[in-house]
Amino acid sequence: MRNIIALLCGLAFGAGLAVSSMTDTAKVLGFLDVLGNWMPDLAFVVGAAACVILVTFPFVMRRKSPLMSLRFLLPATQFINGRLVGGAALYGIGLGLYGYFPGSAMASLVYQDWKTAIFIAAMLIGMTLANKVSAK
Amino acid sequence: MLAYTTPLVGGVLIGTSTVFLLLFLGRIAGIGGIVWGAVSAQPDNAWRWLFVVGLLLGPLLYHILSNTPFPPASSLQWWHAALGGLLVGFGIKWGADFTSSQGALGIAWLSTRYLFAAVIFTGTGIATLYVVRHLVPGL
Repeated sequence: MRNIIALLCGLAFGAGLAVSSMTDTAKVLGFLDVLGNWMPDLAFVVGAAACVILVTFPFVMRRKSPLMSLRFLLPATQFINGRLVGGAALYGIGLGLYGYFPGSAMASLVYQDWKTAIFIAAMLIGMTLANKVSAK
Repeated sequence: MLAYTTPLVGGVLIGTSTVFLLLFLGRIAGIGGIVWGAVSAQPDNAWRWLFVVGLLLGPLLYHILSNTPFPPASSLQWWHAALGGLLVGFGIKWGADFTSSQGALGIAWLSTRYLFAAVIFTGTGIATLYVVRHLVPGL
């Protein structure tokens, strides 16, 4: 049952990205192009998602545990440190270079553009590298 | 349809997915983290793979059922994709698994950490695009 819920959540997430054209790198790059031909679409997507979460989140977190797991696994740290700043900065450069978030890149795999597969492979290599560097 | 109907509908779908994953499984829908967990063989992994399957099937179903064409392929070079992916992946792990949905989550949670990261990556994203598209076109 957990797995069916996960599948349905993936379906909704992927469909949401496609409906809102976030699987189109031109739209994401268009949002970043504030000094050129600015496309505000991304702001509407984030705003709508935030509204849904804002309204429902208190009801979810009032529970002691999730419906089908033992406990909520939320990010442990709330610290703002140099690594968060550096990580977010590098992430933004990557985003500005090609126009994919991890989610939109994954959802775009079905469009069968080989450059999307390159993006995903490079992303996994980047994660491996960061883990290796951090472990030292 | 109104100009921004589809981004709003998409955002509601994404927000709903995020809330349900939290309500049922107690997990945050950070796609980078879920994909990483899936390929690096974490324990209790079936849900991650099924989430990924859904993530791929969702767009396919949408395009087929609504008869909407796929978006045009990016005109950028393969190395933009390679370098972009590398930096996105490195950044996520280096920044200790912040997620891209943090824009929405951060607002909802009033998490300063999430909002702070979102402001920074949007800033460097705008700067990078400005350089690549306007300052040194053809880079």
